[in-house]
Amino acid sequence: MYDFICEIKEHNEITSDYRVLKLYAGEIAEQARPGQFVHIRIPGLESASLRRPFSIFNAQDGLLWILYKSVGRGTERMKSLVMGDELQVIGPLGNGFPLRQNVMPLLAAGGYGVAPLYFLATRLANRGTLVVGGRSAEDILVTDLFRDLGWKVVVATVDGSLGVKGLVTEPLLDELENNTAAGAVCELFACGPDGMLRAVGELARSHDCKAWLSLDKHLVCGVGACLACVQKLRRSDGSTWMGRVCSDGPIFEANEIVW
Amino acid sequence: MSLIEMSVNLGGVRMKNPVTVASGTFGYGYEYADLVDITALGAVTVKGVRNQPWPGNELPRHVEVPGGMVNAIGLQGPGVDGFIESYMPFLREKGVPVIVNIWGTDIEEYCEVARKLSDVPGVAGLELNISCPNVKEGGNAFGTDPAVVAALVRAVRAVTALPLIPKLAPNVPDITVFVRAAQESGADAIALINTIPAMVIDIESRRPVLSNKVGGLSGAAIHPVAVKLVWEAARVAQVPLLAMGGIVSAKEAIEFMIAGATAVAVGTANFIDPSTPLRVIAGIREYLERHAMHSVAELTGSLI
Repeated sequence: MYDFICEIKEHNEITSDYRVLKLYAGEIAEQARPGQFVHIRIPGLESASLRRPFSIFNAQDGLLWILYKSVGRGTERMKSLVMGDELQVIGPLGNGFPLRQNVMPLLAAGGYGVAPLYFLATRLANRGTLVVGGRSAEDILVTDLFRDLGWKVVVATVDGSLGVKGLVTEPLLDELENNTAAGAVCELFACGPDGMLRAVGELARSHDCKAWLSLDKHLVCGVGACLACVQKLRRSDGSTWMGRVCSDGPIFEANEIVW
Repeated sequence: MSLIEMSVNLGGVRMKNPVTVASGTFGYGYEYADLVDITALGAVTVKGVRNQPWPGNELPRHVEVPGGMVNAIGLQGPGVDGFIESYMPFLREKGVPVIVNIWGTDIEEYCEVARKLSDVPGVAGLELNISCPNVKEGGNAFGTDPAVVAALVRAVRAVTALPLIPKLAPNVPDITVFVRAAQESGADAIALINTIPAMVIDIESRRPVLSNKVGGLSGAAIHPVAVKLVWEAARVAQVPLLAMGGIVSAKEAIEFMIAGATAVAVGTANFIDPSTPLRVIAGIREYLERHAMHSVAELTGSLI
C-alpha cells in the first residue's frame, strides 16, 4: 500500500458519460491485483472533501487504468483533468479476486462494473464468457477488449437497444447451464449494483458453484480504520461478523454475505 | 538547526511531540502503518473499546458535508479482551505510547475496562469517552451532566493508576463546569472536543441519511468551535488539555496550542491525507524555529 502523487498520462472519453484515465503509478500499478481499488483525492474539490474509490481497470507498464462514469461532484470534477495533472492516490487496496485457474470463469458486469473484470480477464488462464448488462447500448463498454483476449461476450440491455433485452442474469444462467452441461466446473465473478450481485449469488447457490462478488459501498478511509463501509458477513460455522468492505473485501464469496 | 524541545507530558502520558490522532480516525494503528511512520507520532489513540464486542450501527454510518463529514459509526469494536489480544502486540512492538479510548453503558463497565487495561504493557493512558453522540447506551448521556462526569471519573480513578483523560462534549452551555468537574474528580488531562451532534436529511426521500438519524460533525468546519472551547477550558484548567477538532495542517494545531492546549489530535484529516499528523509535527517545529522559541511548551497558552 502506497500513498503517491501520480501524473495523468492519458484521459480519454469513450462515450459522453464514460472516461478512461491512465496514471503513472509506479509500484501501485506493479503490485495491483484484479479486484483491488485505489483511493483518490480529486484535485479542485473543496480541500475537506473525502477521497473517492475506483476499481482498477488495468495495470501495466507502471500505468494504472481507471474506467469511470460521471455520477457526482467528484467524478464530474475529474472529467476536467488533463494530461500532466497530478492526483494523490492510495493503493492498491482491498483483497482482490482469487485467481482461480482450474475453472470456467463466467464474468457478470453491470455497466462500468466491467472495469475490475477486464483486469481479471487479463490474468486468468482460462477464457470464459463475459455477460455484461446495462440500461441501454451506451452503458455497454469496452467489450472489444474482452473479445481481443479471446473471451466470449454476451450483452443484455434493459431497453433492448443492444444484445438481448433484459437483465444479465438470464443470459448468465444460459452460460452457466450450457458450460456445466459440457462438463465444465464454473465459477462466477461479478461487479455491479447490489441487486445484480444478489441475483448472481442466488444463481450460484442454486447451481452449487462459487460466486465472487465485488461490493461497492461509500468509503471514508479506504484502509480499514474508520468502519464506515461494513457488511454483515457469515463465517463457515454460521456465526456473523461485520467485515470492512474496503479491507476485508471488496471481494466476498456469495455465501459469506448476509444481505 | 537549533535544538527545539518538542516533547510534552500530557498528564503522565509522555509524548515525544505534541501530536496524536483522534480516536476512531486511525483504527488500531496497524491500518495506517504502511502509509505513516506511526512511531513518529507523540502517541496513537485507538478506536473506543468497551468490555464486550460491539457491532456498531447499521449503514449508512456516514455522510459527507461541506467542510467535513457526519458520522454515526456506533463504536463497533472487538471488546477490551479482543483489543488487548489482537491489536496491542503490534503497537507494543512499535514502542509508541498508546492512549486507549474506553466506554461503557454504566460506570461499572468503564471501571472493568480500565482495570483490564491497567497492567497491559504499552498502554500509556485512558481517554474516557463520555461524549460520543452515536450510542444510546452510553457516551453522550454521561458527558452532558457534570455530576455524572464527576462520579464516573472518580470511580475509574479508584481502579487504575493510568493517566485519565476524559473527552468532553462540545454541546454544553458552559465547558468550564465540565473541566472543573473532571479535574476535581481526578482527571490527569482533559480532551476536547468530541464531534458536534448533527443531522442530514435526504430531501427526496424525506428521511434522515444516517441509519442512526443523528451523528457527529467532524472535519475542518468544526475547528473554530473547538478553538473557542479550548480557550474557555484553558482559563480554568489546572491539568493539560488535549485539543482536537478540524486540524488539517500545522496552523490549526498551533492555534489550539496558543489557546492553551498541551497536545493536539488529528482526526478526520487522516482519512483525506494520512500524512497530516507528520506534516503537523514538522509544521509546529518550523513555526517554533521561525518564532525563536526553544520549546513547544512556550506555545501553550501564549495567546496575547
